[in-house]
Amino acid sequence: MIEGFTALYIFMLSAVAGYEVISRVPVILHTPLMSGSNFIHGIVVIGAMIVLGHAQTPMEQLIGFIAVLLGAGNAVGGYVVTERMLEMFKSSKS
Amino acid sequence: MATLMQLSYFLAAVLFIVGLKAMSSPRTARKGVMWAGVGMVLATLVTFFDPTIIGFANYLLIIIAIGIGGGLAWVTAKQVQMTEMPQMVALYNGMGGGSAGGIGAVALLEAQRKLVETGDNAIFQQMGADVAVLAVLGGLIGSVAFSGSLIAWAKLDGRMQRNSLMPAQQIVNIVLFAAVVLAGIWVFFSGGVFSIFVFFVLALVLGVFMTVPIGGADMPVVISLFNALTGLAVGFKGYVLGNAALIIAGTLVGAAGMLLTVLMAKAMNRSIANVLFSGFGTHAVAAAEGPEGEMKEMGAEDAAYLMAFSERVVIVPGYGMAVAQAQHKIWEMVQGLQGRGVDVKFAIHPVAGRMPGHMNVLLAEAGVPYDLIFDMEEVNEDFKLTDVVLVIGANDVVNPAAKTDESSPIYGMPILEVEDAENVLVIKRGRGTGFSGVENHLFFGDKTKMVFGDAQKVGSQMAAAIKEL
Repeated sequence: MIEGFTALYIFMLSAVAGYEVISRVPVILHTPLMSGSNFIHGIVVIGAMIVLGHAQTPMEQLIGFIAVLLGAGNAVGGYVVTERMLEMFKSSKS
Repeated sequence: MATLMQLSYFLAAVLFIVGLKAMSSPRTARKGVMWAGVGMVLATLVTFFDPTIIGFANYLLIIIAIGIGGGLAWVTAKQVQMTEMPQMVALYNGMGGGSAGGIGAVALLEAQRKLVETGDNAIFQQMGADVAVLAVLGGLIGSVAFSGSLIAWAKLDGRMQRNSLMPAQQIVNIVLFAAVVLAGIWVFFSGGVFSIFVFFVLALVLGVFMTVPIGGADMPVVISLFNALTGLAVGFKGYVLGNAALIIAGTLVGAAGMLLTVLMAKAMNRSIANVLFSGFGTHAVAAAEGPEGEMKEMGAEDAAYLMAFSERVVIVPGYGMAVAQAQHKIWEMVQGLQGRGVDVKFAIHPVAGRMPGHMNVLLAEAGVPYDLIFDMEEVNEDFKLTDVVLVIGANDVVNPAAKTDESSPIYGMPILEVEDAENVLVIKRGRGTGFSGVENHLFFGDKTKMVFGDAQKVGSQMAAAIKEL
């Protein structure tokens, strides 16, 4: 379990990492990058798996089920779309 | 097992950061997304061994949900046309937001259920104030991103009218926002299922109302903003669940997405607040006096000859190229020109199309090498030395009103200064105004010749004409 300030440090450092990674990106990659970061937050599926995992009432199970379904869709769809886009980029020299 | 799980999550987080970094350069981008993919698979697999997952039924539900959600997404993502990419990104992003919202709802319901057992009478006592705040906040952001992204998808996919403005839209939105905040506070202090229900319904409605009045030209910024918001919501959910992989990946995307959104808004010379609250292009265009002069037409063949006998040609693609799927024909034509020794470049405005870089993706699909493609800053000086500019289905990004007409809704947006070139050819479907509903004086200019028709058809006529020379 990650508590209080440890989490705050993680938040802060991840935000810096995200900012730094993107700050020098050519416009040509904006769409694939948006799509790629869209894929990365598909990690939400594991959070959904965990809550569905300890759901006990039918209501919790229903919402949890939808959450896992949507999360999986985010991850898989995000990956395939990004991969398809990047597949096409090539240089005239190669 | 616990150590192995933590180690896997750690590795996944590293892979996400390294992957995102690699994705920011065209040479390494493909490797980047693969690394991130490995991280995702790893994290998902070890989560099956999470000791807090209980009950065979729940395992079964998880597997079925992943099967259905993943399967459907796989099929649709494989089939979708490149031109429809923006709405697909919006759709998948909405799913992520919905998932984060759902996690919030279940976590709150669970806390509510435990209230009865422990005898506490408020959710924040049960969860801890910090966790409760982030559960509510993450639920709000995730739900807004969910319903908002779905509206963005519907608009881009042409399933919904583009600018539907309700009366007193802004006041309604402010009231709604206040209501959502109050409902959130209610959830925080109460212990009732009803408060949770009201809160999530209001949050979903807010997402819809926020997005409905936003005009199509602003959609790229909005999608990027929702992408960042979903990331943020995922990060908050990571705290609620005590899962570092979620915190890191979510916050990483939140920060990166926010920066990307700011860059995009800046490229349009607008602030994010302006995009969200102005209802762009919806205010009845202030009795704009029609442009002077007339449009001068030119046939596709003549236009092709004009380019074939020039030295420098710059091509400015816009959404019209995407709609017509013209990129392949255009590239065929360009290869013809190159064969004749014409120097051809592509110039891309940062917000051309419906997503930043949308045009780059389409040109890449057609096989145009990325070193022929230039950003606005790189190419704007070159227009003075250019013989012919060919504008394909672009409108606002070349509209000189952005520089000269203060009353124009796009005033202040940097544009591609195609007017500086000796000749301007414009391929356009019809005589109407573009997506934003603003008249374009460029089309009536002395140097400008209009080639009316579907971009794909015109492109192939041009390619054929050049071949026969």
